[in-house]
Amino acid sequence: MSDHEHATATIADEGLIPTPILEPGHSYATVTDKISSIVLEKGVRKGWIFGFALSFALLMMLLYTLGYLVATGIGIWGNNVPVGWAFDIVNFVWWVGIGHAGTLISAVLLLLRQEWRTSINRFAEAMTLFAVACAGLFPLFHMGRVWCFYWLFPYPNTMGLWPQFRSPLMWDVFAVSTYASVSTLFWYVGLIPDLATLRDRTQNKFAKITFGMLSMGWRGSARHWHRYHVAYQLLAAIATPLVVSVHTVVSFDFAAGIVPGWHNTIFPPYFVAGAVFSGFAMVLTLAIPLRKWYGLEDFITAKHLDNMGKVALATGLIVAYGYMMEVFGGLYSGNMFEKYLVIDNRMLGAYAPAYWMLILCNIVTPQFLWSHKIRANPTALFIISIIINIGMWLERFVIVVTSLHADFLPSSWRMYYPTVWDFTTLIGSLGLFFTLLFLFVRVLPVISIFEMRELVEKTSSTNGNGHH
Amino acid sequence: MSAEYIAPDPVYGVIASFAEPEGLLRASNAAREAGFKRMDAFTPFPVHGIEEALGIPRTKLPLLVLACGIAGGLAGYLLQYYCAVIAYPLNIGGRPLHSWPAFIPVTFETTIIGAAFSAVLGMLAFNGLPTPYHPVFNAPEFGLASRDRFFLLIEARDKKFDAEETLRFLQQQSPLQASVVHR
Repeated sequence: MSDHEHATATIADEGLIPTPILEPGHSYATVTDKISSIVLEKGVRKGWIFGFALSFALLMMLLYTLGYLVATGIGIWGNNVPVGWAFDIVNFVWWVGIGHAGTLISAVLLLLRQEWRTSINRFAEAMTLFAVACAGLFPLFHMGRVWCFYWLFPYPNTMGLWPQFRSPLMWDVFAVSTYASVSTLFWYVGLIPDLATLRDRTQNKFAKITFGMLSMGWRGSARHWHRYHVAYQLLAAIATPLVVSVHTVVSFDFAAGIVPGWHNTIFPPYFVAGAVFSGFAMVLTLAIPLRKWYGLEDFITAKHLDNMGKVALATGLIVAYGYMMEVFGGLYSGNMFEKYLVIDNRMLGAYAPAYWMLILCNIVTPQFLWSHKIRANPTALFIISIIINIGMWLERFVIVVTSLHADFLPSSWRMYYPTVWDFTTLIGSLGLFFTLLFLFVRVLPVISIFEMRELVEKTSSTNGNGHH
Repeated sequence: MSAEYIAPDPVYGVIASFAEPEGLLRASNAAREAGFKRMDAFTPFPVHGIEEALGIPRTKLPLLVLACGIAGGLAGYLLQYYCAVIAYPLNIGGRPLHSWPAFIPVTFETTIIGAAFSAVLGMLAFNGLPTPYHPVFNAPEFGLASRDRFFLLIEARDKKFDAEETLRFLQQQSPLQASVVHR
């Protein structure tokens, strides 16, 4: 049957040995035991303590920074007039973009029946949730009067005020809140059968009760699986347009304005492609150490790294096209402000080093991914994925700061310089992200156990899995 | 005068376990052909073909999700209409108050929220979850239902149920194990 062969799809290029998406020799029991043993092992590993401690220290730095920020004001950052948006919005867009790959892997690859998503979708979806949590910090804290945040929501109030729904910033409120809640639901629903597995396998009384409550008494009933499967497919179908819409709405924060360099119709697809690009790079950054340190190479195989490298390359090419269209539009439009922006400002102006670094990181570096040997080398992929994420951060920096610091009227032009607090907020948000990830890896299954069992069943006739 | 107390049957049903989905499917088809209706299977992952084998009807969940999605969309649109046209009208660049193109993003998001929440909460509600206790957890080795065993249960309230007969029927399906489940 064709779908049995599908799971061991081979890479025919360069005559290399075909690689499966699940190494042979696994059964339902072995995949269950391997993945759940990471959660159920007693104590903590030294490496985990070290990573968690480092992340937690950065999280404490974030906490201190945010406390100082709320107490003192936005002035501790380098934001000024005209550069009213700087690291705050750059970080917001960067984190939201990273989150998109998780949803893409969970939802879009499910609908496209790509079986290689199975071993990566759980931690990719967790990455999404934590990235959106980090992203959400920035619109919240960049407000100055953070305690008035609830004014953004439409609720009856004594001031007689209602939000202005024609603003992309309002659309953002709804888009990001929806994205955060739907991602949480999707992730939690996917976890329920695995929490039941952990409930049944753990010896620890406290863990048994906790997993028992969280799994809601799941017993694997066929009637339940039927509704579960339908709900899961529906959520995937709903999450797919959602993920496209969220970064489109984020791009509207810029595209709906008239600032040169922002008011571009290429922005929605360019931002969405950029989000998938940086998101897959982050998934690679997480998958490579994870599979090495926890011995998951049988589940996250060379095929997965190869496929993720290919997606990163493809989306990187779309992003490169976006850059070219920006330059073309600026020149072809005949608008002197646009032309000034794309040539004299971005390429030759005060922030030109950032622009050229960006081209190096986002256009030049991904070209290495054409090579099968590079895609087969985890170390190379790891380094490339980090460079891509740095490049994507720089892209948002260039978009925001170059356009704001020198727009229509030269008398309004002024340089922007980040302060140390800008950096502590950014690095601190990385601390929040990694703290949450380390906690996730310790207490929840990093790979979707029941979906791996399904994969064992599908591959059982072709490479000797399942039967024992 | 006292009402008669009818105690529930201490036997919940009979259960058999199999090592592979094929064994479960064969047994389920046999049970359905033998006329049993109150059955369920317990598996570590959804098994293809089990719904037909057990006679499980298709769920109404998609209809609920569609209805709630539409309701969410309408709610979002009407909210914006109310705010922008009635409650707090603002002249933004001379555009009409009922600026429907600008209302689309938020309407889209509220549709998604309505659909997604109803999919999850509806699925849990239809499944009767959370269920802290269920008699089937008393079955021997039931913890393996979430690892690598496939169980078939025939409930005592089935019309054709008889503890010894049905147990013998299940044993004829060559399971790894068959036994009675008590409440």
